[in-house]
Parts: sequence; C-alpha cells; structure tokens
Amino acid sequence: MKTEGKRRIWADYQKEIADDHFFYVRSCIRQSFFPGSEQFFLHFMRNVMGKDVFENPSHTTCTGIGYHGDVVPLNTIMTVVARHFALMKENGYRNIAISCVTSFGIYTEIIETWKHFPEELEKTREYLYKATKREFDIPESMAHTSDIIYKFRNEIAGKVKYPLVNKQTGESLKVVEHIGCHYSKMFPKYGVGGAEFPNVLGGMIDAWGGNVVDYPERRHCCGFGFRQYLVQANRGYSLSNTVKKFDSMMPFKPDFVLTNCPGCNMFMDKWQYTMKEMEGIVYGDNGESIPVLTYEELAGLVMGYNPWDLGLQFHMVQSEPLLRKMGVEFDPDDKFKTKDGRQMPVPEKLINT
Amino acid sequence: MSGKVVVIGGGSAGMECAGQLAKAGFSVTLIEKKLTTGGHVNNWYHLFPDRRDSIEVIRYLEKQIGHGNVTLLTGKTVNNIMTDHNTLIVNTTDGDEIYADAVVMATGFDLFRSERKEEYGYGIYDNVITSADLEAMFRKGEVKRVDGRIPEKVGMVHCVGSRDEKVGNVYCSKLCCVTAVKQAMEIKKHNPDARVFCFYMDMRMGGALYEELYRESQEKYGINYIRGKVSEVSENINNRLVIKVEDTLAGRPLRMELDMLVLMAGMEMSQSGAEIARSSGIATGENRFFAPADHHFGSNKSNIKGIFYAGTCTAPMNITETISHARAAAADVIDYLRNGSR
Repeated sequence: MKTEGKRRIWADYQKEIADDHFFYVRSCIRQSFFPGSEQFFLHFMRNVMGKDVFENPSHTTCTGIGYHGDVVPLNTIMTVVARHFALMKENGYRNIAISCVTSFGIYTEIIETWKHFPEELEKTREYLYKATKREFDIPESMAHTSDIIYKFRNEIAGKVKYPLVNKQTGESLKVVEHIGCHYSKMFPKYGVGGAEFPNVLGGMIDAWGGNVVDYPERRHCCGFGFRQYLVQANRGYSLSNTVKKFDSMMPFKPDFVLTNCPGCNMFMDKWQYTMKEMEGIVYGDNGESIPVLTYEELAGLVMGYNPWDLGLQFHMVQSEPLLRKMGVEFDPDDKFKTKDGRQMPVPEKLINT
Repeated sequence: MSGKVVVIGGGSAGMECAGQLAKAGFSVTLIEKKLTTGGHVNNWYHLFPDRRDSIEVIRYLEKQIGHGNVTLLTGKTVNNIMTDHNTLIVNTTDGDEIYADAVVMATGFDLFRSERKEEYGYGIYDNVITSADLEAMFRKGEVKRVDGRIPEKVGMVHCVGSRDEKVGNVYCSKLCCVTAVKQAMEIKKHNPDARVFCFYMDMRMGGALYEELYRESQEKYGINYIRGKVSEVSENINNRLVIKVEDTLAGRPLRMELDMLVLMAGMEMSQSGAEIARSSGIATGENRFFAPADHHFGSNKSNIKGIFYAGTCTAPMNITETISHARAAAADVIDYLRNGSR
C-alpha cells in the first residue's frame, strides 16, 4: 500500500477549519453514553488552547434521529436547524462546531439543499420567522469537533504523555478508525480527507504515534443505520453489519477502534457484548474484546488525563488492556467513584475486566 | 496561398495528416511537445481487433512523416494561434512564431487519471493498475504483481472515467470495452490458468470484428463477463484485493478476492489541446473535446477559418478511425488551400 497515494487524495480534501470563536452544539446521546467526551473537548479548547467556545442552553436536538426514522419531515428539520443558526447569530458567532456526526450530516445536507434550491431557504426563513420571530445566517465556517481536534492534533502531539505505542514491544499501536457514514459520505468535500480514504481520525492516529489499519470493510456501516436499529424488527440486520466489520478487522489484530460518530461508537462497543453473549465470540487479541474510544477520549488519554475522568469506564468494552499496552497509570479502585470519592454501583458483565 | 501547413501534435493523427499533406505537395511543419513522435501508440503492445504489434503502426507513421516536405519540431509546445487576415501565426512557449496558411489540431487525448476514481484505490493499492500499465507489462513480457507473483485471478473494470457524471464525463470512450476483451485474452495467453472477470455496464462492441473478438474471448479463453460496476476496492491481510460489485443480471451483490485489478481508463480531451482552445478561441463541446463545425459534413473543420481537426482531439477513436479522420482532415485542408473553401 502506498501512503503517497493517500496523501494525494487528502490534498484534494482540505477544508477550512476556523481557529477560534466557536458556537458549540452538543449531541443528544453523547452526553449519556460517553459523558467525558464533550466535557474534555470544552476543557481542551477553553483551558488548554485558550479558545472561545460558546454554548447556548436553548440549543435543542437537531431532530436528526427522527428525520432518519421518518417521523420528522424535511421542512421541520430545516426549521429546527435554522433556529440553531438563529441562536448562533443572536450570540454573535459565525463558526459552528458540531459534536455529533448525525447532526453534522444534517447541517451539511440542509446547507447544500439551500444552495441548490434557494426557494427552500426562503421557505425556511419564513417558517422560522412565523414560528419564533427569529432570523438567521448560514454559518461562515462549519466544522465537526473532530475536525477541530484534527486541526490541533500537532499541538496535542506536543503534549503527549502516553503515545500510541505498545510500551512492552515498542511498536506502534494498530488502530481501526471509523468516521461514520454521515461525516463525509454524502458530501466528501465537507470531510477532512474526503470519504474514500478519510484522514480526520487517521491524521490524529498518525500524529500521536499509532498506525491506521486499512481492512476490507473499513468503509462499511457500523451497524447503527437508523432504520436498521430504530425499527426493532431490523435489529438483527444492525448486528449482522457490525459483525461483518469486526470479522473483517479481526485478522489485523487492532488494539482499539477510534470513532467519530456517537452511534458508531455505541454500536461497535455494545454489539461486541451482544456477540460475546450470543456466540461467545471476542474480536480482539488474547481473548479480549476491542476497546472503542471517541477522539476526545483518545486525545485526553494520550495527554495523560485520568482515564476515569475521561469516562472510559462507561463503555461496554473496558479499556484496561489498552491502558496497560500504553503504560497509562490508573487506579482500578477509582473506576466507579464520584468526584468526591463516593463509590457508585459497579455495572455487571462489563467486558475486558 | 503558398500552402504552408502547421500540424500540432505528433501522434497517429498528426503524423498521418502531415504525411498526406506532404505527399500532396504542401510544406508541413509538424510540432510535437514530447521529444518523440507516436503519441499513445508508443505505450500500447498489441492492437485490436487483430492483435497487430503497435510497432508496425509506429513504423508506418514514421514513414509517412519521412517525406521531404515535412519539418518535424519536437520538444516544442504551442501556446496559441493568432489570426492575421488569411495567415495563422502559431506561437510556441519558447517564443517562436510559425506562419501558416492552415493549421491542423491533432492534439489527441489524455488518458483519464484513474486515481480520480478514489474508490478503486489506484496509486494506493499495489495491484490496482490501469490498462496502460498492463500494456507496459505485456511489452515487457511479464504480467506480475508487485510481490513478483503471477496473478491467478484478475478483474477488469470497464468505464473508468467514462459514462460517469461524477467525474464530469458522460460520454463513452468507445475503446475501453474492446481493450478489456483484448487484454483479458492476452492475460490468458500469459497464464492459461488465470481466471479473468470483466465488470461492465454495457458491452459496446461496435467496431469491425469487435463482436467476433468478444465471442472468441468467451468461447476460446473462458473470460467471465459480469454486468455491474465495482463499488469499492480494498486490501485484505494477505495483500489480496477485495472488491464489491453488484451483479445486475443475477440481481445480487458480489464480493470477490483478486490478485490484480485492471482499470480501463477512458479518454479525455488533452490538457494541451484544452489550453490552446482557451487561448485561441477554438470551440469545444460539452465533452470538452474540440467541437466540429458540423457533425455530418464538417467533422474536421473548426469555428476558425483555416484551423482544422484530426483524430481524437474531437472524440474518442481507435487507430483505424484516427487515421481515416486524419486523411479526411488532409482532404479538407487541401480543398481549403486550393479552392479557398471551408
């Protein structure tokens, strides 16, 4: 495989990512499933990089899950997104930073729709004004938060305490990256590195010492695929897609999976538990399952933050095998303790413990 | 008019046209940007439909321009063409001004850059090659993977960069189907045990003896034809290629491991031709090739008096058609110079 060829493609998909003054929009589910991720992003941007990142408590869901589940019509979601842009305008921001890949896909789809069908933009302006008396501007710059971490990946590399290297063997860790279908498959130009050989997560992995694993089902859906999962009868289809991916990556013995999208992380993490329960299959080396991390968690981990402050314990597949490989210091007794030291209930049947 | 003609482009069309004009008594300056003439034919091994060695064609064309009336200028790039009454001035990038009564554009085509079809991984995966790369292997007498092994299972993707809105080429490149058929047979000749699969949208076998070749490839060589486009290519742990394709006749998706994948690169207007068109006001069509003044009666004539076209600068053509088109261009130039008609 020639990296030079990938670099040529990446050069064609370099997007402008703003440097400062972001209007931050959270994900619906990330705060529940990986509570440390958004928290770390805000801490890193504000306290480490000294950037201005603004949140408006009136920001709501983008309704993307409902839209892809066929219960929210296009005009409604366009108006909801227009309201987000109105909040951004009212707060004096022009650069939007989006935490969720589904939302990012929704925003890109809507902006492209408005570009090609200006009458839809005018209709949306009218709907929003009638409903809320608000007006909006289209953002000057739109970035997924992984784009922003990618932009600052070398600054993070300068602060790395635990590089992506196996401390015992000295070899780079093998990392599967998964950007999520809605990040750039619809509009490759909005993604760092495009859609076929994306570099948004790969660039972080390279910068922090790891090796990206290019396996045959790299481009395949994680298994979420809204209708595959939201329609209960289709959940077997969801699982079978995830199994296809893990079967394909298994021979490469990845040390962990890095994800971009909340849904992908959830499904690649939790379906491993399901497969273990149903079939007794584990996909990682040494009889262990493969930890699945978010890019914020990984950034915090390589910078030396406490893995329990980053929320790694809230994944189904526990990350201890990875922490040991990287030589990360951690106290297993603190894993399920609150900040003030109280013991929380310990979940049952966690994997890799 | 004194009868001075400049032919721009020293490939098959330019060489044939220059030779014909020289034989008719005109003074011809043939300009080629590369150091050697022959164009794309130099990179081809055998030609369809009869698998003639391309060297024979090169020798024929070299003989054509060996005429005393032809002045060959190689390593020279044309910047633009200016018009001053009935005289055309061909300006080169090194500052030469060549005066002519007529100019023939024979700037040819560029092969589609297959890396633009990112999903196929050309330039990334070692054993994804183009039809041109395969011809070079044939010429060398070695069809091998990067690791030196002889490929036993080979896929060929038709229409790479042709009939593809995504890359901006909606037209058919016409030659890729028959090239794939010919190359599939050549692979079998190199390794009779090889299994070859052609993935096509439609088999467009419109040329003389093409259909016969297609039939022979199936009956004699056992080439498999699967109607469907390859959607993505990747590499597995054993460095074999894994492709996904939809078999549209069987109506189901297909996943296949291959040792080598050959991309049948289409034809595009040459970059140098496009630059001269822009700088000189020569009309181009929707497909970006030079636009003929009339599709039926003036396929060699341009929108500018005294400027003519020959060969694949107007549309994809095979060697036979290119040579015929070049001869027709020569006939139009002769008519123009002798009778002043356009």
